Amino acid sequence: MTAECTFKSKDLLGIKELSKDEIALILDTASGFRDVLRRDIKKVPALRGKTAVNLFFEPSTRTRTSFELAEKRLSLDVLNLSVTTSSVVKGETLMDTALNVQALGADFMVIRHPSSGVPHLLSGNIKASVINAGDGTNEHPTQALLDAFTIMEKKGRIEGLRVAIVGDILHSRVAKSNIYLLTKFGAEVRLIGPPTLVPKRLEQLGVKTFYDMETGLKDADVIMMLRIQMERQDRGFFPSTLEYSRYWGLNMERLSLADKEAIVMHPGPMNRGLEIASDVADGPRSVILEQVTNGIAVRMAVMYLLGGVRG
Amino acid sequence: MSRELLNNKEMDRAITRMAHEIIERNKGIEQICFVGIQRGGVHLSSRLSAKIKDIEGVDLPVGSLDISLYRDDVGIRKGQPVVRKTDILFDITGKKVVLVDDVLFTGRSIRAALDALMDMGRPDAIQLGVLIDRGHRELPIKADYVGKNIPTSLSEKIKVQLKEEGMEDRVMLIQGKRD
Repeated sequence: MTAECTFKSKDLLGIKELSKDEIALILDTASGFRDVLRRDIKKVPALRGKTAVNLFFEPSTRTRTSFELAEKRLSLDVLNLSVTTSSVVKGETLMDTALNVQALGADFMVIRHPSSGVPHLLSGNIKASVINAGDGTNEHPTQALLDAFTIMEKKGRIEGLRVAIVGDILHSRVAKSNIYLLTKFGAEVRLIGPPTLVPKRLEQLGVKTFYDMETGLKDADVIMMLRIQMERQDRGFFPSTLEYSRYWGLNMERLSLADKEAIVMHPGPMNRGLEIASDVADGPRSVILEQVTNGIAVRMAVMYLLGGVRG
Repeated sequence: MSRELLNNKEMDRAITRMAHEIIERNKGIEQICFVGIQRGGVHLSSRLSAKIKDIEGVDLPVGSLDISLYRDDVGIRKGQPVVRKTDILFDITGKKVVLVDDVLFTGRSIRAALDALMDMGRPDAIQLGVLIDRGHRELPIKADYVGKNIPTSLSEKIKVQLKEEGMEDRVMLIQGKRD
């Protein structure tokens, strides 16, 4: 008989809400989809006849195209709505937009929004499966899942690994989701950056904070660089980009402090020469482009599993 | 209530006969490969391949196929079937693929497997081998090699136990509740 697996929720709101078993199931399922993506015909009929709507209230190329490709490869019909072309500019409320999308027959609603908690708000009010593609400074669950998948692929485990997350932790939903996931699986998480961007209170989540790369990176197995979000730096969290890069940018010399098998990750888009030097980004330890490919497999797995939950 | 339909000796004889039938029907073993449906079909494929090695002295390739992404009941069942590994390390284009499953019932799994195979290449032919054919087809699908035909009622269940899964080889018929 075919074994079955059920998800508790119809939605993927955040890593915080998932159990360790559910995360492990997503990662296992994603490796099946990784095989599909290696074939000549990269499409399977698993969700044929269902519809996905990508609702993006914030600019995004990589996440939106990754979701779109994942949806198409599951044989979903896809509709893309972005804020600049939708009736949001005409004054429609968020909930009205969502209800209209639902009335179009959406089975999946992938949403990115500048305010934290928007996917949670929608989830209780609509029948479609809501998938959080990044909400404010809260979470970006599929990014953490694809990061975990990439780590598993390279290291074979997460438990006991020393993972350094470097940069603007304060504003980073990617960091938030990764902290939840990595601590659930027993990794040693170190946050590194200037004190203004790495608040001490995050230690309540079971992580360590460091203000200098030299101690933080020592013997690290995984280094996750975060993008310096230029759009959020108008309040002077650090004096200048030059100073930032001098203290917290990842270059070859600092990389040598980490374990010699360490991998370097970045969720993109990169600011080359600012948070990461080009020779590191393009070097042999970098798995940045593999993260992109794995992202499709992980998003396929999430939608496939949520497709089996009846609301 | 359950009843034994095949013991380990009978199962082995059935597989031996199927191996001979495959060779006879194809006038040899040229271009033949096995693809087993996860999970029981994979073990049976390996056994058929081993039997043919005993007879002809040649190793035929064996692959495993997961059909969960090709099922026709997504959203009808509760939960999703676990996606297992599809591992076909050879090109099936131009090959004679013997598709192997443990039990042939409605034929829907075979339909899914045929679609999955077509996405992987263009075999010259696909033949179907099953250990048990229990009837009740819902699609026009017929097996080329059958270990044992067993007429069943819909309330009954067939359980194939294999030593690769840590059990003794045997096939059981489990009585269902009378309606």
